[in-house]
Amino acid sequence: MKALKRALALLLASILCISFWGCSKPAEETTKETKKETTKETQKEPAKDESQAKTEENAKDDLIVVGYAQVGAESDWRTANTVSFQTTFVEENGYKLIFDDAQQKQENQIKAIRNFIQQEVDYIVLAPVVETGWETVLGEAKEAGIPVILSDRMIDVTDDSLYVAWVGGNFIKEGNDCVDWLAGYLKEQGRENEQINIVTLQGTIGSSAQVGRTKGVEEKLSEHPNWTMLDRQTGEFTQSKGQEVMESFLKSYDDIDVVIAENDNMAFGAIDAIKAAGLDPGEDIIIIGFDAVHAAFEAMIAGDMNCSVECNPLHGPRVAEIIQKLERGETVDKIQYVDEGVFPAETAAELIATRTY
Amino acid sequence: MPKLKTLWRKLTGYSLFFPLTCLAIVLIINLIKTPTFFHISINNGVLYGFIIDILNRSSELIILAVGMTLVVAGSGGTDISVGAVSAVAGAVTIFSLVGSMSSDIYRIPYGLAILLGLLGGMACGAFNGFLVAKLRIQPMVATLILFTAGRGIAQVITQGFILYVRKEQFKYLGNFIPGIPVPTPIFVAILVVAVTLLVLKKTALGLYIQTVGINAKSARLVGLNATLIIFLVYTFSGLCAGIAGMIITSRVYSIDANNAGLNMELDAILAVAIGGNSLGGGKFSLAGSIIGAITIQALTTSLYAMKVTADQLPVYKAIVVIFIVMLQSAELKRMLHSMLNKHSIRKAGRKVA
Repeated sequence: MKALKRALALLLASILCISFWGCSKPAEETTKETKKETTKETQKEPAKDESQAKTEENAKDDLIVVGYAQVGAESDWRTANTVSFQTTFVEENGYKLIFDDAQQKQENQIKAIRNFIQQEVDYIVLAPVVETGWETVLGEAKEAGIPVILSDRMIDVTDDSLYVAWVGGNFIKEGNDCVDWLAGYLKEQGRENEQINIVTLQGTIGSSAQVGRTKGVEEKLSEHPNWTMLDRQTGEFTQSKGQEVMESFLKSYDDIDVVIAENDNMAFGAIDAIKAAGLDPGEDIIIIGFDAVHAAFEAMIAGDMNCSVECNPLHGPRVAEIIQKLERGETVDKIQYVDEGVFPAETAAELIATRTY
Repeated sequence: MPKLKTLWRKLTGYSLFFPLTCLAIVLIINLIKTPTFFHISINNGVLYGFIIDILNRSSELIILAVGMTLVVAGSGGTDISVGAVSAVAGAVTIFSLVGSMSSDIYRIPYGLAILLGLLGGMACGAFNGFLVAKLRIQPMVATLILFTAGRGIAQVITQGFILYVRKEQFKYLGNFIPGIPVPTPIFVAILVVAVTLLVLKKTALGLYIQTVGINAKSARLVGLNATLIIFLVYTFSGLCAGIAGMIITSRVYSIDANNAGLNMELDAILAVAIGGNSLGGGKFSLAGSIIGAITIQALTTSLYAMKVTADQLPVYKAIVVIFIVMLQSAELKRMLHSMLNKHSIRKAGRKVA
């Protein structure tokens, strides 16, 4: 019934629009009359009437306009995140998405947000490049009355009314999950009492994913006194840096048992470095990645990687849910975690077909 | 004593003395801190060790530094677009090989794709050259255009995706060719340096570049086509960026438009400066820049080997770079010299008294 009402409203609005284009007064009057009649017939709530009046003003669309200031396309994960938004916020679902790729520069994102404000979008979604420096531009958005929803990374502001909600992964929990999986895996292999040497390829220092995952691993590490964290070094979330750092680790330490790479791309680099050193990744050295991108499943099927802890990039549906709630005037939770899982190599072959990223 | 002094003066007069000293200092510190640093072994049929890593990883930087040296010498400016241009070249090659989807099937022959990538790099270089030589735009501003737009272009080519080439043969250029124990990038770097040196020494081009760099106006008066020479050095720098782009993409058998060659332009400029070259143009030393490039990579690798934590890494790098640059400052040398002189005069005065 609701859908029917909606369709009717849309139809009327488009008729109105056409008549405006024609600019012939009699036609306009007649449509207005018909409109009034139908409104009386179909609905009685004044609220609906109002919304219809609004559509009348906006002429063609009652689409919700969402501006998305994305970080860039630095990894497969990011691309999946982008696609999630592009497939959720489509016209069939009643949205219009304005997408902006900031190429990893904060100034580009600030520019994009100012553009969104000027274009009078209904909602702004921001996946911040860095945590700091957002007060001014988000203040401008607040003044313009546009709600801001954060995706993926958190921001560091004193006034948390600058955003309505944050959607993302729980990086600390991901770190915990990683250690728990490793403990289970070692137990399976009967190595739970062995001395285990671990190295970590960290993400870009200071990013939420790096801070959270390092902390999450650290927290759980104390439960395993026979595990040693030999070294941590940043691979800046890229495959080439991950490879370079792993090359160096392999030369500095003779007995590495586990590599924890804070994203899958660095794990791929580590796999190449381990292969080049004549070792068998996945067998001689256990490799754990984060994000669980499609390529990680391929690596796991090939036997090069042991596990990937998911960092769900499909934020689009959750953000849409929040927007729908806000449209209805409901309040939303400030912090909203997306569901995430752990994917060991055994499950890779059967799950790869179901993975969308 | 005076013999030692003349020897010292002779040594410091040698233009490569300071660059080599810097490299030596970095390596000696390594030897003390990490005794296994110079250990080289054959592992899995290939050479294996920190020193090999340094040479291998510095290859791209050496290639970029060669192009950058000529740009600096010929135009007295820097080409800050090389990192972005290498991403463009890599994107062109991989896109022409596999299209807009990661794949293991080549659409066109490998050689042709490499050629296209290099042409892409050269085209970017030629664009820079046109802006600088013909339109007389300041080099920094002219190359700033591709510095910002280059990654955008690369992203348009790859449509924002990271494209993978899942073919073993594609990895050879950036890793090892089966049966050869030396990493391929080292050969590529040697080849680029050798060809460049040959052209500069066997033709008068090296001299021409220097002349134009010292004074373009007088070069024009003696009949040199300064515009053409400046255009050529930028095109060459684009070609070098293209070659570096080929290695970068082959290393990770993929193109990541946002990260390929990121910040490499700064390292290349630094390599030229550490090599004792004046960034004001004119006289140049290719060998100096190459040593500079190796020093930068040696620094990074040794900081990894010394287990410096990630958050402190940039600090150490900065300290070493400040030290190296100061060591080569002519003004600082003069100050030190006059201080030493005063000291010896006072000494001599005391003796007389």
